[in-house]
Amino acid sequence: MKEYFKVTTRTIVATGLGAALFMLLFMYVKVPSPIPETSLQTAYGLGAFFAVLFGPIAGALIAFIGHALSDALQYGSPWWSWVIASGVCGFSYGLAYTKTGVEDGNFKGKSIVIFNIIQIVGNVIAWVIVAPVLDIIIYKEPVNLVFTQGIVAALMNSVTVAIIGTLLLVAYSATKTQKGSLDKE
Amino acid sequence: MSTKLFTYNFIDTPIHRLSGLTKLIAFLFLTFAVMFSYDIRVVLLVMAFSLWVMRLAKIKFSQIRLMVIYVAVFLITNTVITFFFSPEEGVKIYGTRHEIFHIIGPYTLTVEQLFYQTTKLFKYASVIPLGICFLLTTNPSEFASALNGVGVHYKAAYAVSLTLRYFPDIQREYRNISLSQQARGLDISHKAKFTTRVKNALLIIIPLVFSTLDRIELISNAMDLRGFGKHRKRSWYSRKKFTKGDVFALVLSAAIFAGTICVSVFINHGRFYNPFI
Repeated sequence: MKEYFKVTTRTIVATGLGAALFMLLFMYVKVPSPIPETSLQTAYGLGAFFAVLFGPIAGALIAFIGHALSDALQYGSPWWSWVIASGVCGFSYGLAYTKTGVEDGNFKGKSIVIFNIIQIVGNVIAWVIVAPVLDIIIYKEPVNLVFTQGIVAALMNSVTVAIIGTLLLVAYSATKTQKGSLDKE
Repeated sequence: MSTKLFTYNFIDTPIHRLSGLTKLIAFLFLTFAVMFSYDIRVVLLVMAFSLWVMRLAKIKFSQIRLMVIYVAVFLITNTVITFFFSPEEGVKIYGTRHEIFHIIGPYTLTVEQLFYQTTKLFKYASVIPLGICFLLTTNPSEFASALNGVGVHYKAAYAVSLTLRYFPDIQREYRNISLSQQARGLDISHKAKFTTRVKNALLIIIPLVFSTLDRIELISNAMDLRGFGKHRKRSWYSRKKFTKGDVFALVLSAAIFAGTICVSVFINHGRFYNPFI
C-alpha cells in the first residue's frame, strides 16, 4: 500500500509535465462526438495513462492542475467543482497503479479488464457524485441539471479512457521487455 | 494555437508591484466571496471593484478578447440550459410566483426565475476580471512560491511551476507533430468519420506522450543530481518582500470577504437575497 503514495522526484516531474500535456489536450485535442455539443476529452485518456504509470498522487495532481490551469486560461477562473472532480477521477485511475503489469510488458486481457473496471468506477464516482454535489453546494445550480450533466460526462469520459487510455497503455507496454522473456542456455 | 500562456509583461502599476502571494490570497478571498453569495448587490459591488482593479493594472481589451468570447459563450449556454432544465428554480428559491407570460408547456417566465438567472449571470461574470488580473499581472515563476506561501507543499508547487515552464515547449512540439501528420493527410475535424477521428487524434498523441516520457527521465535525473526534495522546506528565488501595498490589499480583500459573509448571515439569513417577501 505504501508504494502507492510514495512521492519521488520522478513523480513530481511526471506530474508537472503530465499536467502540461493534459492542459494542451484539454484545450486543443477534443474529438467532436456524434452527439451534438459534446466532445470526447482526450485529456482524460492521457490522465489515466499517466496515473497508471506514476500512481494516484500523480494522477490526481495532473488532472487537478491541468484542468484548473486550462480553465483559468480559457475562462479567467477555474470552475472549482469540476476541477476537484477531475482530481478525484485522476486519483481513482491511479488505483490501477502496479495492478496491471504494464511495466513488465504484460498489459493484456485480464489487465485491460481490471484497468477498465477501475476507470469506470472512478468516473462514476467523480462525475455522478462528486461534481454534481459540489455544484449544488458551491454554486447552487439546479439539481436535475447538474446530475444530467454529470451522467453525460461520466459516460463520455469512460468511453474516452477506455479507448485512448487502453491504447496508450498497450502501446507503452509493447516497448517494455516481458518478464521472463530471456532463457538461460 | 497562438494563445500565449500568461501574456505577462511587466508594467509599473500598483497591481504589478504586489507580491504574487498577496495576489493569490486576494484572488481566493474575492472569488470565494462571490462564490458564496447569491446577493446581486454584493455581486455587483465585487464586480465594480474588480473592474476598477483591472483598470488600475492597465490591462488592455486586446489582451483578453479571446477569453471574453469563451466566457460569453459559456454564460449564454449556461443560462439557456438552466432555464431548459428547471424553469421553476427561482420560484422554488424565493417562495413566491409572479408570472410574466407563458411560453410553452411547462415553461413560464416568472420574475423570480429572471431575478435568479440575472444574479447567477453576474455572479459568474464577476469572477472573470479577478482571474484575468491575477493571471496577467503575476510572474509565472513567482506563482509557485505564492502557492507554497499559502500552504501548498513545495513539491506540489514545484510541479505547477514545471507545468508552466514546459507548457510552451510541449505546445511547440504538439504543433510540429500535428502539422506534419496533417501534411500526411490526417483529419480530426467533423469531415472525417468518428472512428477515423479518434484514431487520428491518437496518432498525434502517441509521439507526444513518448517524447514526454523521455523528457521526464531526463529532468528528474537532473533534479535528483541537484538534490531536489532532500529537505522539508525550500527557498524561492523569485519571492518578493511584503510592502505596505501588500498589507493594504490583503486587509481590503479580507474585509470584502468578511463583509459578504456578514451580509449573508445577518441581513439575508441565508445565501440568497430575497426581494419578494
